[in-house]
Amino acid sequence: MIIKQLSVFLENKSGRLHEVFEILGKSDINVSACSVADTTEFGILRMIVSEPEKARDVLKEKLFSVNVSEIISFATPNTPGALSKTLKILSDAGISVEYLYGFSADEKSFIALRCDDVSKAVMEFQRHKLELMSASDFYKF
Amino acid sequence: MSKINIWNPHFETMQRDDMRKVQGESLRDVVKRVYFNVPYYRDKMQSAGLNPEDINSVDDLKNLPFTTKQDLRDNYPFGLFAIPMSEIIRLHASSGTTGRPTVVGYSRRDIGIWSEVMARTFTGAGVGKDDFIQIAYGYGLFTGGLGAHYGGEMVGASVIPISGGNTRRQLQLMHDFGSTVLACTPSYASYLAEAIAEGDIKREALKLKVGVFGAEPWTENMRKEIEKNLKIKAMDIYGLSEIIGPGVSFECQYQCGLHINEDHFIPEIIDPDTLEPLPEGELGELVFTTVTKEGLPIIRYRTRDLTRLNYEKCACGRTLVRMNKCTGRSDDMLIIRGVNLFPSQIESVLLEMDETTPHYLLVVERKNNLDRLELHLEVEDHFYSDRISELQVLRMKIQSQIESTIGLSVSVKLVEPKTIERSEGKSKRVIDKRELK
Repeated sequence: MIIKQLSVFLENKSGRLHEVFEILGKSDINVSACSVADTTEFGILRMIVSEPEKARDVLKEKLFSVNVSEIISFATPNTPGALSKTLKILSDAGISVEYLYGFSADEKSFIALRCDDVSKAVMEFQRHKLELMSASDFYKF
Repeated sequence: MSKINIWNPHFETMQRDDMRKVQGESLRDVVKRVYFNVPYYRDKMQSAGLNPEDINSVDDLKNLPFTTKQDLRDNYPFGLFAIPMSEIIRLHASSGTTGRPTVVGYSRRDIGIWSEVMARTFTGAGVGKDDFIQIAYGYGLFTGGLGAHYGGEMVGASVIPISGGNTRRQLQLMHDFGSTVLACTPSYASYLAEAIAEGDIKREALKLKVGVFGAEPWTENMRKEIEKNLKIKAMDIYGLSEIIGPGVSFECQYQCGLHINEDHFIPEIIDPDTLEPLPEGELGELVFTTVTKEGLPIIRYRTRDLTRLNYEKCACGRTLVRMNKCTGRSDDMLIIRGVNLFPSQIESVLLEMDETTPHYLLVVERKNNLDRLELHLEVEDHFYSDRISELQVLRMKIQSQIESTIGLSVSVKLVEPKTIERSEGKSKRVIDKRELK
């Protein structure tokens, strides 16, 4: 399923990450999944949150650069080789993955993935009967 | 102290009254030349109600209109030339500007004047026909290399036109040819000093005795450092292409101010706000009128450099007025590695890439004696992306755009919105950490 992801530009300064989460916490926004990508110059915090639009607005108010983009969320069995099969579907379809992050809980692994052609990827996944996750599935965690 | 050599004692030690007479005559002449040959000056003088006959002596200088860098750009490329192009034998242009560069043209006689003032400059530094001058200023459209070249040849020294860069070869030839004089930017001199300290060629094996350094601002501390590290005497020279190039003013061995070749370039100090001339000795903006040049005579050119003038006779015997090392500028121009940079140039590069100008800050630092330029750019929503690759592409694009249009390498640093300090609603555009004052 296509879900909304919030990304925030962060300079490499201590305390900035904490500030973002503090703002979200005070606004009663839950973060279901997140990852930080860092370069030598700056970092990008990517998150799946309970209310993306509201989260964007409160962060913007505090002068952060925020962007809401569409990513795909899906689940695979929590077994060796499962993610490999999924990624093969994408590479066979000529879709490149830009980044992904995920976690495993009990029987399943949950993945958030950004690629160059999101709708095509969703179609491929549906064709291969992959378990796609809705936003509300994510928010359960 | 060794014997003091003066290249042209007649003009360089002339009594002040006589100098004023000489200047007055040349001024009358140049005013006629620009009035009759340069429509731009004629229009300006006519709208000020001035005729050439109204200008009789240096005292009348203050009535003439100013010329600015913008005027040169507006008349690009040859609009301010006062002689036919058939009489112009050389063109130079300012390095690195977006849009129109400033172009300067020289007649054969102008090249002669340039050689003369640079010969005075080298002689002031104690350089003569037995010397080997390694010219590590850039040759080309930049006036540094060729200006020093002709002056070096005029004093009869052996000139080595190696141009800038290629440090290894610089040191090799400095050693093999026995260079006694180094002419380059002070920051390159510092860089060479370090290269010598770290390399195979030892200082003791070199014959270097004096450096003739200019084309960028430098401090007394830098001078001390260069003199200590290179074990030479480091002389300051000043010039700008609009006036002639290097050779506008130079230090003598007493290093107590730069003697202006005022029989060719009449200096004034003005208040940059009121534009009124300031009394002798006061700090203000330096203005030059070139009275002998034929190709591009310039009336009251505003250099934007801040300094003061001293008319006392110097211990070296020269009576040529001395200017202090420039202490700053009356505009926001930066000189980085010899390249002139206005923040507005960065702005126009940014504007070309995007319809709105993002908030930016230029940070200049001197690290290991080389200037580094950093551009801080606030990330704005419309170009912010969750893809790092896109942000990196944006950085590279801006860096290469600036490099190709301005000729300066810059490192772009993306910063969070509203983190660049605003003063009175306008961003502070430049932080210069080089401590040049």
